[in-house]
Amino acid sequence: MAELKRTGLYDLHVELGAKMVPFAGYEMPVQYPMGVMKEHLHCRAHAGLFDVGHMGQVILRPKAGMDALVAGLEAMMPVAVQGLPEGRQRYGLFTNSTGGIIDDLMFANRGDHLFVVVNAGRKDGDIAHMKKMLAAVAEVKEVTDRGLVALQGPEAEDALSALVPAARDMRFMDVMSADTVFGELWVSRSGYTGEDGFEISVPDVDGFARALLATEGVEPIGLGARDSLRLEAGLCLYGHDMNDMITPVEANLSWAIPKPRRSGGEREGGFPGADVILAQLAKRPEKLRVGLLPETRAPMREGVILFAAAEGGDAMGYVTSGGFGPSVETPIAMGYVPPMLSTVGTQLWGEVRGKRLPVTVAALPFRPSTYKR
Amino acid sequence: MMMKYTEDHEWLRVEGDLVVVGITEHAATQLGDVVFVELPEPETVVATGDEVVVIESVKAASDILAPIDGEIVEVNEKLSDKPGLVNDDATGEAWFFKMKIDDMSVLDQFMSEDEYNELIG
Repeated sequence: MAELKRTGLYDLHVELGAKMVPFAGYEMPVQYPMGVMKEHLHCRAHAGLFDVGHMGQVILRPKAGMDALVAGLEAMMPVAVQGLPEGRQRYGLFTNSTGGIIDDLMFANRGDHLFVVVNAGRKDGDIAHMKKMLAAVAEVKEVTDRGLVALQGPEAEDALSALVPAARDMRFMDVMSADTVFGELWVSRSGYTGEDGFEISVPDVDGFARALLATEGVEPIGLGARDSLRLEAGLCLYGHDMNDMITPVEANLSWAIPKPRRSGGEREGGFPGADVILAQLAKRPEKLRVGLLPETRAPMREGVILFAAAEGGDAMGYVTSGGFGPSVETPIAMGYVPPMLSTVGTQLWGEVRGKRLPVTVAALPFRPSTYKR
Repeated sequence: MMMKYTEDHEWLRVEGDLVVVGITEHAATQLGDVVFVELPEPETVVATGDEVVVIESVKAASDILAPIDGEIVEVNEKLSDKPGLVNDDATGEAWFFKMKIDDMSVLDQFMSEDEYNELIG
């Protein structure tokens, strides 16, 4: 195995007593002494600081004007890149020729360039893919001299605006730059916990993280709680709830595909896998991602097989993420079932250690999001 | 009161003619916040190494194995409603089950508290 990489916050994690684990080729904190459950609840009640420096930060600088770059990136995804105003960010999905999801990402219009953040485990492939697809229109450059942190929770705004007063005026998915003693911050009002909050790219990530942690209400949060927070928020984790065999429609991410890119729209299709994805939008796909609420206290984790009857019979679906939701105080899961079993309230059975236990199809998210729209 | 410890981080305590079994504080800390405990049925006869209890923490599921041959005569139903007791009071209120065994001398094979503390360093 290749040697694990470290983010700019490695020393701080160790100093804070984090338990470090390998994740997507990096040594990352899975939890701090507070523990997963308390970290999760702290983030929902106050503010949590996450090291997301393992994720890929990529600048797309236009070679032949922003319009050509925007059109080029739009040709890689079923979403709208055109019409994204300067200072705004959107959610995107790279798809392959069969409509499968190569990765999900955030992309921002920063005036004279686009800024893209992709998953850690996918970044090498994503960067190669962008270099190939955007060769004529963009210089694709991974940013390696900056850290990336997420500050999430109801007290995130107070904590960040103590250092960056203008952060208070940002709305969900706004992006801005701010000069600080830690270097120029690239701030977006977003995150992956269902909470209001920010993701901040910063040159002196160690100094910046220490300044935030010195603020009352801010605690460091590890990957363990990051996973339970995103699961409660009904958000997909790449490699689990989505992969290159699952389309955006199947992943229940059709909301990200706007009218102009759909059949009959002014920029219909024109992205990899468009035939498959547009057909699935017209007529339901074979499987759909749903929320699942186990009815007993036993968590149903990734890999649990779902049945339509207590007696078993044919496997009808499977769990892709599952665990315990500390804020909803019950086990929660997400998985794939055929559309006919995807209606909220549908009774299913999940096989846990040889026993089929009742589980109900539930609305997502499990906990309402608190984004500042 | 005699406490013995296994390499699987269980503690065993003799209570009259029964052996009470739980997991150590060290094990509970390693598991993280416990959210579910699945207990065996009382009056189950078990052999050493049988999977008798499932503990689910926020992180993962773990099995607790029967440390010795015997019959499980009582289980701690409190853990079904309050699995977090495993984190709060691992060596006290959060016992898992009580076993009847034929020969108490089998406990001699297990570690003393000092030996166990040395193991976990």
